Amino acid sequence: MIPSLELIPGVLAGRQRDVARLITRAEAGDHECRPAMTELYRHTGKAHIIGITGVPGSGKSTLVKSLTIAARHAGRRIGIVAIDPSSPFSGGAIMGDRIRMNELSGDPNVFIRSMATRGSLGGLCRAALDAVDVLDAAGYELVIIETVGVGQDEVEVVRASHSTLVVSAPGLGDDIQAIKAGILEIADIHVVSKCDKPDAQRTIADLKTMLMLDMPRDPNWMPPVVGTSGETGKGIDELLKTIQTHHDYLHSSGRIQDRLRMIAESRILKTAEELVRQRFVRHRADSFTDQVTQRQLSPYQAAQRLLGE
Amino acid sequence: MQAPIRVLIAKVGLDGHDRGVKVVARILRDAGMDVIYTGLHRSSEDVVNAAIQEDVDVIGVSMLSGAHMTHFPRILNLLKEKDATDIIVIGGGVIPDADAVALKSMGIADLFLQDTPPDTIVNSVRALVEARGQR
Ligand code: B12
Ligand SMILES: Nc1nc2c(ncn2[C@@H]2O[C@H](COP(=O)(O)OP(=O)(O)O)[C@@H](O)[C@H]2O)c(=O)[nH]1
Ligand SMILES: [Mg+2]
Repeated sequence: MIPSLELIPGVLAGRQRDVARLITRAEAGDHECRPAMTELYRHTGKAHIIGITGVPGSGKSTLVKSLTIAARHAGRRIGIVAIDPSSPFSGGAIMGDRIRMNELSGDPNVFIRSMATRGSLGGLCRAALDAVDVLDAAGYELVIIETVGVGQDEVEVVRASHSTLVVSAPGLGDDIQAIKAGILEIADIHVVSKCDKPDAQRTIADLKTMLMLDMPRDPNWMPPVVGTSGETGKGIDELLKTIQTHHDYLHSSGRIQDRLRMIAESRILKTAEELVRQRFVRHRADSFTDQVTQRQLSPYQAAQRLLGE
Repeated sequence: MQAPIRVLIAKVGLDGHDRGVKVVARILRDAGMDVIYTGLHRSSEDVVNAAIQEDVDVIGVSMLSGAHMTHFPRILNLLKEKDATDIIVIGGGVIPDADAVALKSMGIADLFLQDTPPDTIVNSVRALVEARGQR
């Protein structure tokens, strides 16, 4: 087995096999990989990280493909982390986002990685964020995270990205739900996909109305609504420009600093959570579980001991 | 922590039979593996490129169209070219016995024909990955 640290030069040179292998090692979360990830982290911070969320079937994967093709025309290198849910029963996963992205195959400047949520509560696992680091260090200038689009991960993706895109599709009847889920507040840019469909204009109008009633997350950035179609290519160039405008806004206004701090905080917490979980697995043989079951320890006391407090 | 085995499941060429491939994807998922399905009508190049980016342990190709003697050798060659022969290649579908023998001698690690029970597939994948060892 090649030590993870020895993969770093290849990763920095953008060698796909090394990039892919280091992501696997990082995902497994072994001790062996930690020095490598620490070394790697010094080379990150260059990529613009774009989070894409929206309910399953809203057209996220198709959008990622179209956006990537447009960004390639502009000469940019793109890394993609596409996340799908793990089965809660077997722990395995079937990941199908690549089905929509096949046009990107064979381009050495595009790297797509599928990743399972692996029981991570929020949906966006620590490993996905490590994968973003690897792609960033490997020189991918835009790194796109496609989320599962259910549960908590809309909120989680905000804490991982510089720009968050929320995708709504006409005909899914999710416009009302969007308010409930609080998804309006998290978007930096709203995308209405499938604009080749006749009812898309209504979805755009509905969304704009709702946005007028809502306080934006940042009073100086009114989230724009962009209609796109993966079928006709409509709106894709405009969306790419809008992403660039948001990027420029974050930097010129200084708001990028808030985002970077938020991401750093979330990374620390997620990693700490995983370390605790790993420690729990190692300690499971210990008597904690028995003692809590038999009411000799409270869960709180056991947790403190687990943390060595 | 034991990382799940990663498998890329693929259909190549004009073959549109996708029942079997979906059954196999589910069998492997239910055995706790991470399965990446790339959809119908992929080229051998698409499959190998995806397998490298996904860093899979195994590529599994389902062939029911009769084009197996074209696509399997091409995939094996591409893996050699890309210095990725640590990726195990298996297959299944409708493949005459004589062809199956020939394909195995070329380097296809295992082949599963009609009505293979789920356990046979799962056990073989696990054994092959175990035998290859860490990489
Ligand atoms: C159902 C079927 C169809 C359906 C397909 C529906 C679909 N979406 O899949 C329809 C009606 C559309 C169809 C169309 C055609 N079919 Co048809 N079809 C079949 C049939 C009857 C069953 C296939 C099936 O679904 N089996 C059930 C699944 C679960 O089994 P399986 O795929 O074999 O998978 C199992 C194993 O093989 C293995 N396995 C398979 N793949 C993999 C991969 C991996 C990695 C692993 C580990 C294991 C594994 O595991 C599975 C579980 O045990 C077969 C006959 C047969 N006996 O196979 C003919 C057959 C495959 N079809 C055939 C033909 C000729 C056609 C057509 C060309 C007919 C025509 N002239 O129009 C078209 C072509 C369509 C196309 N675009 O490719 C021929 C192929 C001949 C050949 N290979 O030389 C067959 C063999 C029939 C025959 N005896 O002539 N077909
Ligand atoms: N008409 C139309 N259909 C689309 C468009 N984008 C996606 N779809 C379809 O919507 C379905 C879900 O798309 P997908 O990209 O996989 O959505 P995801 O689950 O959000 O990643 C698929 O059947 C796509 O073909 C589009 O722009 N126009
Ligand atoms: Mg998707």
